[in-house]
Amino acid sequence: MAYGSKVLDHYENPRNVGSFDKADPSIGTGMVGAPACGDVMKLQIRVNDDGVIEEARFKTYGCGSAIASSSLLTEWVRGKTLDEAGKIKNTDIAEELALPPVKIHCSVLAEDAIKAAIADYRKKSGKDESVDAA
Amino acid sequence: MRKPIYLDYSATTPVDPRVARVMCRYLTMEGDFGNPASRSHAFGWDAEKAVERARADVAALIHADPKEIVWTSGATESDNLALKGVARFYQNKGRHIVTVKTEHKAILDTTRQLEREGFEVTYLEPESNGLLDLGKLEAALRPDTILVSVMHVNNEIGVIQDLAAIGRVVKPRGIIFHSDAAQSAGKIPIDVNALGVDLLSLSAHKVYGPKGIGALYVRRKPRVRLEAQMHGGGHERGMRSGTLATHQIVGMGEAFRLAREEMDAEAARLKVLRARLLEGLSDIEEVYVNGDLERRIPGNLNISFNFVEGESLIMALKELAVSSGSACTSASLEPSYVLRALGRNDELAHSSIRFTMGRFTTDEDVEYTIRLLHEKIGRLRELSPLWEMYKDGIDLNSVQWAAH
Repeated sequence: MAYGSKVLDHYENPRNVGSFDKADPSIGTGMVGAPACGDVMKLQIRVNDDGVIEEARFKTYGCGSAIASSSLLTEWVRGKTLDEAGKIKNTDIAEELALPPVKIHCSVLAEDAIKAAIADYRKKSGKDESVDAA
Repeated sequence: MRKPIYLDYSATTPVDPRVARVMCRYLTMEGDFGNPASRSHAFGWDAEKAVERARADVAALIHADPKEIVWTSGATESDNLALKGVARFYQNKGRHIVTVKTEHKAILDTTRQLEREGFEVTYLEPESNGLLDLGKLEAALRPDTILVSVMHVNNEIGVIQDLAAIGRVVKPRGIIFHSDAAQSAGKIPIDVNALGVDLLSLSAHKVYGPKGIGALYVRRKPRVRLEAQMHGGGHERGMRSGTLATHQIVGMGEAFRLAREEMDAEAARLKVLRARLLEGLSDIEEVYVNGDLERRIPGNLNISFNFVEGESLIMALKELAVSSGSACTSASLEPSYVLRALGRNDELAHSSIRFTMGRFTTDEDVEYTIRLLHEKIGRLRELSPLWEMYKDGIDLNSVQWAAH
C-alpha cells in the first residue's frame, strides 16, 4: 500500500512519543482499541489549572496510519482547551493525512482516544459536570 | 547490495537467466515459434518436440510419466481442474470432499464454489504446528467421500505435510487424493508414487520459471478421470484445450530440469541461511516461530514479533521485500487465516512476518536483515503501548479492551 507523504513523515518522525504518570491528577489518559483488531492507542494529556492542554504524549500499536493519526493529534491538542480538543473530528485528521478509505478507522480511533483522555481527566479532577454535550 | 532485498520467494521467484535464454528461442521468426498442434510442417513438429522435452523434464522432477502431465496456466488453474474435474466426473459416486483450513485460496475458493453446486466439504483443522492429524483425517472420511485435497507445503508457514502417510489412509478407501505442490516442487524431493497422490498441482513461477504456466499431474495407473473445464480443440488429451504456450512451457521445463539438478545443493545452502536468520533474531525478546520448524522447507521463516503490528513493521522494513500475515496489508482487517487456524492469538497473527529466501539470497542479505530488524523492532516497541504494559508486568489478557 502506498502512503501519503504526511503519514510517512509522522511515521518516520513521530511527535511526542512517550508516557506521563497516570496517577498524576493533572494527567488524563485515554486507551482505545484492542490488540485483536490490530490497533491500540494510548493518548495522554497534561492539563493546567485553566483547563488548557499543555502537553500530550502517545504510544500506538498499529499500522502506519494509526501511528500518524495519534502523532498528529498530540500536535493539534497542545494549547487547546479541553472543550476545543473534544471537538476535533476524525474527518479532520483523515483529511489532513489524506487517509484512504480503508484507513479511516485509524482516525476514528484517534478521535476516540482524545475523548477518552479528556473524560479521564475530568473524572479524576471531579469536573465531570463540565462535560459538554458536543 | 541491491535494495530492497527480495525475501518473498514464496510469492514468486525471478526467472533464472538460463531459463529466460531458452525461452527466447521460441518466440520470433528465427526461433521455433510454431504451433505445437500443427501436424503438417516442421514449425509445428519442432515446437511439439520442445513441448514434449519440457513435459519429460517436469515429469522427471516428480517421478511421473510424461503422459501424466497436463499443461495449465498455473497452479490455480491446476487446482480448479483437479477439484472441479473430479467432483463433476465422480459426482454419482459421492458428493463429499475433505480438505484443510490452511489450504491456499485456489483450493478454498474452489471448494466454496463446489459447495454452492451441492457438494459437501469438510475443512479439517491442523494441529498448532500446522500439520494434519491423521486420526482426524480418518474420522472425517465417509463412504461418499470422493476426494481429499491436502497441500504439500503451506505457502505462509512452509510446513511439509506427510503426504505418504495421508495417502496410506486415503487410497485403500478408493478416494482420489490431490495435492497442491506449488510450494514444494523444486524445494523438496517429490515422488508421486511414494507419496500416493493421484493429482498434483504445479507452478513454474515458484521455481524460477515464468508466470502464467503450470501443470497438473494426472495419474494413469489406475486412471483418474476429470471433466474438462476448458473446451476447444481437445488439446492435452481433452483435459485442457487451448494452443500450448510453447515459450512458457519450455521455460517451465528448463526451470524444473535445473531444479532437479540443483535442488540438493540449494536446499543445503538455504538451510544454513535460515538457521543464521533465526539465530540472529532469537535474541530479540518475545519472538515466536509460526509452524513446525523441523518439517519445513529450507527457505521459509515465519515469525511473530509480539507487540509490534505487522503492517507498521513492513513499513519500517521498506528495504526488505517481505510479506505479513497482518490484517492491514489487505482491506479485510482480518489477520492471516492460516495463523488463526493454528490457534495463534490475534496479536501474534497481526505481528507476523514471512521471510522466504531463495536462489539469489546471499549471506550479506541475511546479515543486513538481522541488523535492520533489531533496529526497527526496538523503535516500534518504544512506540507500542502493549510493549510498555508487558514490561510493566501487566497481563494483556486480563485487560478489558474496547473492541472496535
